[in-house]
Amino acid sequence: MTNDNATAPVAAIWRGGEPVYDRGETVCVIGAGASGLAAVKNLREQGFAVDCYERETAVGGAWNARSGRGPAPASTHLITSRPCAQFPDFPMPDDWPDFPRHTQMLAYLERYADHFGLREHIWFGTDVVRVEPAGPEPSGVRPAGEPSSRWDVSISGQRGGSSRIMRYAAVVVANGHAFLPNRPSYEGLAGYRGQTIHASEYQGRSQLRGKRVLVVGAGNTGCDIAVDAGQVVTTCWHSSRRGYWYAPKYVLGRPVDQLAIRVQTMRLPQRLRRALTQRALRLAVGDLTRFGLRAPDHHFAESHPIVNSQLIYQIGHGGVVPVPDIARFGRTDVTLADGRVIEPDLVIFATGYVPTFEFLEPDILKTGGGARPRLRWHLAAPDRPTLAVVGLLQPDTAPLACAHWQSVLFANWLRVLDTAPERAREFWDRHAGADERRYHFAKVSDSPRHRFEVSHLVYLRALEQALNDLEAVK
Amino acid sequence: MTTRGVQRTRVVRPIECTQPPASVRREVLAARPEVENPASPPVLLVPGFGYGAWAYAEHWLDHIAERGFAAHAMSLRGHGRSDAAPDADLRAYVHDVIQIAAGLPRQAVLVGHGAGALVVAMALSRYPARAGVLVSPVFGGFGTALSLLRRNPVGAFPGLFGGTVRLGPRQLFSRALSTASAREYADRLAGPSRRAQRALVRRQEPERPVGDPPVLVLGSPDDRMVARTALEQVAERYGIAPLLFPGMGHDLVLDARWREPADAICDWLLKLP
Ligand SMILES: Cc1cc2nc3c(=O)[nH]c(=O)nc-3n(C[C@H](O)[C@H](O)[C@H](O)COP(=O)(O)OP(=O)(O)OC[C@H]3O[C@@H](n4cnc5c(N)ncnc54)[C@H](O)[C@@H]3O)c2cc1C
Ligand SMILES: NC(=O)c1ccc[n+]([C@@H]2O[C@H](COP(=O)([O-])OP(=O)(O)OC[C@H]3O[C@@H](n4cnc5c(N)ncnc54)[C@H](OP(=O)(O)O)[C@@H]3O)[C@@H](O)[C@H]2O)c1
Repeated sequence: MTNDNATAPVAAIWRGGEPVYDRGETVCVIGAGASGLAAVKNLREQGFAVDCYERETAVGGAWNARSGRGPAPASTHLITSRPCAQFPDFPMPDDWPDFPRHTQMLAYLERYADHFGLREHIWFGTDVVRVEPAGPEPSGVRPAGEPSSRWDVSISGQRGGSSRIMRYAAVVVANGHAFLPNRPSYEGLAGYRGQTIHASEYQGRSQLRGKRVLVVGAGNTGCDIAVDAGQVVTTCWHSSRRGYWYAPKYVLGRPVDQLAIRVQTMRLPQRLRRALTQRALRLAVGDLTRFGLRAPDHHFAESHPIVNSQLIYQIGHGGVVPVPDIARFGRTDVTLADGRVIEPDLVIFATGYVPTFEFLEPDILKTGGGARPRLRWHLAAPDRPTLAVVGLLQPDTAPLACAHWQSVLFANWLRVLDTAPERAREFWDRHAGADERRYHFAKVSDSPRHRFEVSHLVYLRALEQALNDLEAVK
Repeated sequence: MTTRGVQRTRVVRPIECTQPPASVRREVLAARPEVENPASPPVLLVPGFGYGAWAYAEHWLDHIAERGFAAHAMSLRGHGRSDAAPDADLRAYVHDVIQIAAGLPRQAVLVGHGAGALVVAMALSRYPARAGVLVSPVFGGFGTALSLLRRNPVGAFPGLFGGTVRLGPRQLFSRALSTASAREYADRLAGPSRRAQRALVRRQEPERPVGDPPVLVLGSPDDRMVARTALEQVAERYGIAPLLFPGMGHDLVLDARWREPADAICDWLLKLP
């Protein structure tokens, strides 16, 4: 399906007075983080020509610390163990540690890009600013090639180059969902004189030395930063608004995600598996309320897993003091929900991120009013079958495996759409039920933070079924 | 591709997360071409059970490099100078191959001989190789066991019970190879793990390759270990016919006319799409 015109685009079409360069059957991929790289590789493997646009000058996305925009500070080690963290068809070196450093993760992604020759398909330093349907009223499954299923992508060079519009047969959005900070609002915050930053601006321990620090939020980011702080500052308060399960990195000498998978694949009723997991965690971690933390207000796996062996240890050493939610800010102090007043010099909001699709009209992914998209298999826009979002997921482990299989499914889908549009349509309708599924064995809360939470096992089983179903209609 | 065996795409493989094969040190010998052509893929040579990287180092390694490919010969765990692994199973061998392949700068061509071809076939279904080459492939099964027993009852009998199969020189090489060389090579063979050996009693059905790589199957109609029908069956899995080298023994890598199959592989690689 490689298009010879693709290498030398000619503008014969116009849009709003600007030339549109038709890239034929080429697929556009937005972003060259782990998900974008997987998309480029798997689309290429299915024979598609690919143009990938990456805003930064390097691959790696969240792990590209050089960009200064990545969410992973220098002290980050993976929370997923190596065999669960890698792409399923390109393992990390097995002499790497169980929980590699963020620099190793970056090296791994760079190697993946080189091994599969992906860089030649990536345009670095190029921003995608708009993605619009090429035709007037695109909806429903259409045979590829009909103008309405195609996309006009506006790109612009980071160094101020002029923008251009390119037309593609399909678009894969792999722009990552940990870039736009979620900044909470509080009474009095505007008048607060102390320093406040979001976790995305946190680079490392040197920023903390000599300060009294308040870390807000007990996701993995908040816990990592609190542990960093606990080692270098005299006082670190760690504020969380609920009780969580804090899983250690190892249970019974095995990486905790590996153990969790063992339990989840046991042929036992779900309640029993849950009881087993919670029992193992209680044995390993003990009674959290002894440390001044609240007891979990949910069952294990009903919120995104926190994996941190050192937080409890730091609390035990007095380096970290757990405190409740913030009630309000004063000029120089912070009042907590229990009435305590503290005076930090630096407040770090580790309150997570909000996914954004600034280049898409809200009606396309149904993101109007700040809503989070609901996609088929967390992947495809239900009424726009040539647009997919890869990596918009929070799996309990194995995010790269999920992104890999998402892009394999989408590449296969585009192939069938091209070769057997009738059967493709049938397949699409048959899987309409996938739109509302949660892909989790536990009752995960429907809070915005958990919109994309999946059990990787449940999710990958669903993708496996869809893939094999698709093979059957090929 | 008309591969027989498991057709379903397998996405969920929990065992790969929960029980990763142990990390070991692996022997890799390399030969580089004088001028590297960036378009030529690296070639990874996987020896059969009992052999180590040394078998390729005799002739093929340098020859393939001279033909313009960066060539690498490895020893599976428990073989050659790789770490000992008395309990290794086929999955561990497959892991070894993919570890080395993924460490090469670009998508590699996987070449396997004998039971090493089975390991390569299994690796092809987990790692999208540039191409796969199966030389005198041993996929196990009753037929293999029977022909081993018929030709060399004393050497093969223990294999039925998980013992070590001993291969005689004349099972491996044609008469064109001097008796001294044949004996020397046969004496260097050191058994694979019993578990892996035992796996060959059953016929193995590797899953379909990922990424649809081109596959080449080579063998000899005069192979005393792999019957021609068995060779054709393997080739048929990939929708192709085997390339035959009449008059050669099972061991196309070390037999007197080793250059012919090696050149055939290189010629084929040069024509890859
Ligand atoms: C702090 C942190 C820790 C994590 N820890 C782990 C872990 O331990 N184990 C694990 O497996 N996963 C972990 N993850 C998950 C991580 O998100 C995935 O591993 C993976 O890196 C996600 O890749 P991605 O490609 O989806 O997104 P990203 O890595 O965010 O990549 C998105 C890319 O798109 C580019 N881009 C965005 N918009 C545009 C545009 N308009 N035009 C052009 N380019 C654009 C960005 O520049 C970026 O390079 C962690 C995530 C975070 C935030
Ligand atoms: N080492 C690692 O590998 C590592 C490190 C960091 C992050 N990560 C990953 O990166 C992703 C993002 O993690 P994250 O920790 O940055 O974000 P996150 O998981 O969304 O956690 C946000 C935390 O902030 C709290 N919060 C949100 N809004 C708040 C508000 N208005 N007021 C008070 N508290 C508020 C949340 O509490 P509620 O629960 O009440 O909503 C939660 O505790 C996750 O997938 C995570 O696993 C991995």
